[in-house]
Amino acid sequence: MALSGMRGLSVFISDVRNCQNKEQERLRVDKELGNIRTRFKNEKGLSPYEKKKYVWKMLYIYMLGYDVDFGHMEAVSLISAPKYPEKQVGYIVTSCLLNENHDFLRLVINTVRNDIIGRNETFQCLALTMVGNIGGREFAESLAPDVQKLLISSSCRPLVRKKAALCLLRLYRKNPDVVNVDGWSDRMSQLLDERDLGVLTSVMSLLVALVSTNHDAYWSCLPKCVRILERLARNQDVPQDYTYYGIPSPWLQVKTMRALQYFPTIEDPNTRRSLFEVLQRILMGTDVVKNVNKNNASHAVLFEALALVMHLDAEKEMMSQCVALLGKFIAVREPNIRYLGLENMTRMLMVTDVQDIIKRHQAQIITSLKDPDISIRRRALDLLYGMCDVTNAKDIVEELLQYLSTADFAMREELALKAAILAEKFAPDLSWYVDVILQLIDKAGDFVSDDIWYRVVQFVTNNEDLQPYAAAKARDYLDKPAVHETMVKVSAYILGEYSHLLARRPGCSPKEIFSIIHEKLPTVSTSTVAILLSTYAKILMHTQPPDPELQDQIWAIFNKYESCIDAEIQQRAVEYFSLSRKGAALMDILAEMPKFPERQSSLLKKAEDTELDTAEQSAIKLRAQQQQQASNALVVTDQRPANGSLPVGQLSLVKMPSMSINVDADVAGQGLTNTNGTLSIADPQPATPSADLLGDLLGPLAIEGPPSAVAPSEQNLMSGSGLEGVSNAMDALALAPVEEQSNSVQPIGNIAERFHALCLKDSGVLYEDPYIQIGIKAEWRAHHGRLVLFLGNKNTSPLVSAQALILPPSHLKMELSLVPETIPPRAQVQCPLEVVNLRPSRDVAVLDFSYKFGTTMVNVKLRLPAVLNKFLQPISVTAEEFFSQWRSLSGPPLKLQEVVRGVRPLFLPEMANLFKSFQLMVAPGLDPNPNNLVASTMFYSESTRAMLCLIRIETDPSDRTQLRMTVASGDPVLTFELKEFIKELLVSIPKPSIAPAPAPPQVQPVSPAAGSLDPGAMLAGLL
Amino acid sequence: MIHFVLLISRQGKVRLTKWYSPYSQKERTKVIRELSGVILTRGPKLCNFVEWRGHKVVYKRYASLYFCMCIDQDDNELEILEIIHHFVEILDRYFGSVCELDLIFNFHKAYYILDEILIAGELQESSKKTVARLIAAQDSLVETAKEQASSLSNMIAHATK
Repeated sequence: MALSGMRGLSVFISDVRNCQNKEQERLRVDKELGNIRTRFKNEKGLSPYEKKKYVWKMLYIYMLGYDVDFGHMEAVSLISAPKYPEKQVGYIVTSCLLNENHDFLRLVINTVRNDIIGRNETFQCLALTMVGNIGGREFAESLAPDVQKLLISSSCRPLVRKKAALCLLRLYRKNPDVVNVDGWSDRMSQLLDERDLGVLTSVMSLLVALVSTNHDAYWSCLPKCVRILERLARNQDVPQDYTYYGIPSPWLQVKTMRALQYFPTIEDPNTRRSLFEVLQRILMGTDVVKNVNKNNASHAVLFEALALVMHLDAEKEMMSQCVALLGKFIAVREPNIRYLGLENMTRMLMVTDVQDIIKRHQAQIITSLKDPDISIRRRALDLLYGMCDVTNAKDIVEELLQYLSTADFAMREELALKAAILAEKFAPDLSWYVDVILQLIDKAGDFVSDDIWYRVVQFVTNNEDLQPYAAAKARDYLDKPAVHETMVKVSAYILGEYSHLLARRPGCSPKEIFSIIHEKLPTVSTSTVAILLSTYAKILMHTQPPDPELQDQIWAIFNKYESCIDAEIQQRAVEYFSLSRKGAALMDILAEMPKFPERQSSLLKKAEDTELDTAEQSAIKLRAQQQQQASNALVVTDQRPANGSLPVGQLSLVKMPSMSINVDADVAGQGLTNTNGTLSIADPQPATPSADLLGDLLGPLAIEGPPSAVAPSEQNLMSGSGLEGVSNAMDALALAPVEEQSNSVQPIGNIAERFHALCLKDSGVLYEDPYIQIGIKAEWRAHHGRLVLFLGNKNTSPLVSAQALILPPSHLKMELSLVPETIPPRAQVQCPLEVVNLRPSRDVAVLDFSYKFGTTMVNVKLRLPAVLNKFLQPISVTAEEFFSQWRSLSGPPLKLQEVVRGVRPLFLPEMANLFKSFQLMVAPGLDPNPNNLVASTMFYSESTRAMLCLIRIETDPSDRTQLRMTVASGDPVLTFELKEFIKELLVSIPKPSIAPAPAPPQVQPVSPAAGSLDPGAMLAGLL
Repeated sequence: MIHFVLLISRQGKVRLTKWYSPYSQKERTKVIRELSGVILTRGPKLCNFVEWRGHKVVYKRYASLYFCMCIDQDDNELEILEIIHHFVEILDRYFGSVCELDLIFNFHKAYYILDEILIAGELQESSKKTVARLIAAQDSLVETAKEQASSLSNMIAHATK
């Protein structure tokens, strides 16, 4: 108590502690707050000591969880006090009570600045600490230069400089521009020579933040980081104070390795070798010891080293060492190490080639799923989810299902979703998939989102073989004593559609089916009642010959719900009632649902979205996204026959578009003309499949537009006009050779458009047809690129004789990893492709891909989006830099000028956007003439290294189809190629993606009738 | 980075809070309530990490006090765990075998010490000796000022003002 030095404060704290209950405490606190408030009001009488005391009391009360809504001003005003004791209290209490957005902070910016630039070292420290802890944007703007000065000043002592480094880090986080000043990267490099390890630790934190957003500027820091790491790892010249349980500053080691993870590669062989030596030493030399702190510290370093090894994609030998270590960790008793072992193994999955070794630990990982610690269970679940593939899906999903019954509520939803996704992605056969989902609903109905059961309905609808099986299963589940409502929904839906397939089995007569479903009606919500009504109508329709007793029963129900308060139910009841009196016509109206168009699973999409939301800007996370993206390639597949056309029998099951429209016309009493055939030209693949499409399909009438499954086959039968439409839409540039057109397999979507889209983004679909989808994901770093091709077999039988050949242009060095000859059913293989850009060129690489499906040989030649702009990186230059460069690059061949005519007219902002999308940084206002546009970018290739390119466009506002363009760079070839590249851009702008086939005008009158079609497709038809 | 530091007693009383990311008053209260619920109920032999709202909380119990630090998903957990221990060792050295009472009655000292260890949610100083020296220097500055204030001449000046 003596230490506190403030009697009043100690007494108050004791009083609060002595309170018997919360109520007493509140009274005591309220009394004190009242006291402080009065004292503050008569401020004149307050001595500095008293002021300090009250401010501390306020902080204490605040900490206890009470609102303190006054007195902030008094705390802040202490900052301006002339003496150290008051100032200190002012700074500390302010930084505890207020956050960066508080208005009062603005009032003291000047005082704070004076303290920072003043000569009093202790004041400097106080000010830097507060700004470092709660400084906001305004502080960043007004204080950054002063803080920088302190950091690099040779006259400042380490205690000030280390605070300045972290303060600057905070200001940089609030406004990154504050550090984007000339030569700062050189300063950083110099700062890494610092001898004082306290300063160096702070500087390293700053460096981590800087390189995480822009590593390019800090290449010179890389070898120095390696040297620091070497020095620490070998314990050379590390003062005793800075060793922690015998380990030379573990924190600095961790931070240094973290900084290194933001550099894409280490090119210098010597640096790389030294780094690997150090890493090897850490990996091999870390032993488990008794002392827990020493253990933690050494493993903190070890795990960071593992992350760095993974990032650098080290030699295979080192990788397998890492996996072996992790394998050891996930089996130890110590929970922290086990947790981290599981976590890092999940990260390891992103590295190719180690999955098989990880799979060996499956049993061990499953044990962790049953660990008493939820943190560990979560990690185990994540890892199992990540490592699941076709070979182990059955085991893993069954484990997850088993675990579901005992899992804590906090995890069930995630667990259910993950099990559903895995079951869908890797189902060895579809009946297993149906089993899994039904079990899932049975065990954890509350945690199964609608998406999951929609999905199972889609599968069942699209796969005839599955329908009797699913119906029988659904029937079985309804016998259980307590049935979850979601189970009622899915069972009712499936039985409505397919129970007639079971009619001969015992207990499956229409009457029995009806009564077992109807039993559930009193307990379900309105949305389910609506589904049940549809089911009844369907059962009625399927009952042949009609059963008058059942009919009366069902009509009575419809009658009852005709006056239901819920409009949806009321409408269904009325409509079904009158429809079911139409007799035979009912057969057509309530016919089986058509197949669903192929679409990406909304579940997978959901999983991706959440991953992306939480993704952080770090090397590891970026890789994780890449992994996630891979699942894009999976879509629902119809089980189409091998030769790509539908047999007549199947067509008859699926209603023809014209038929359904005619029925609709009858019902609605409108005389719509027969539009047979025209609909099939309309966008065969709805452009934007919406997740809730199924909701529409559950609507009262089963009248549907053309299921897309029909469209491709019809297209083949179509007269010339249809095909013309398709080929017209293909860009003339598309490298779609004649043989591809003669392939019996039609690509889905426009190849040229997909290529153009991929020129602007780094991931997406390159090619798709009914059998395969080729996705691409690329990462570009300077003149290196790493593409991953995702070859996804969409079918339930394997694709064989797969072959991929890269035809690289002379300026690209490309290396494709081995492509397996067979792609297993519904599986996806990843083929990494390394690209090195040797010199500037606009030539394009081509992927020659072929495969065999059944007897069909398919060969496509696809342009790869390794185009010039991928090797550009936008860079902003100041006016001074720009003009001095511009002047020094005088005339051809380094600076080329051309008047371009026939340009597609664009307003300047549009052009600026176009440039931006191609990585050209537009510098507004740099050119005094408002009709001109100036841009800069950095080009990377092996021959030119990083080279600055400058572009100037002079437009003529009276004639936007012509302009004058000047391009300059330090390399004549680059200047020429870039100029031509931009010219191509401006003359022919890749169109935004439109529906591949133009919609003929006849479609329009049909659209309203096809109202339940995908809204996106409808819109495309209207446009 | 460390988003915040929390010291909570086993009974759920807050002994110190420090926020390096901007949280409003409401959010702060909510965070404390939620985390006390999660952490205080965890058994003794579990790991020191809790996943919470897309972040991780690294915590360690020393006698009746839980020291918690909230970090990003991909930060190094063990490194943070040892920052906690580093902080505890410095408190221990300063108070001489620190106990919860020391931190209750001298909570402001704990804040001073924390400010010498962390800034902007990053580790500032990893030498215990250096931190101890700086804190001692601060204390003596305060002492000197106090002596000056209570010196006779000062009192006279004050009285005749």
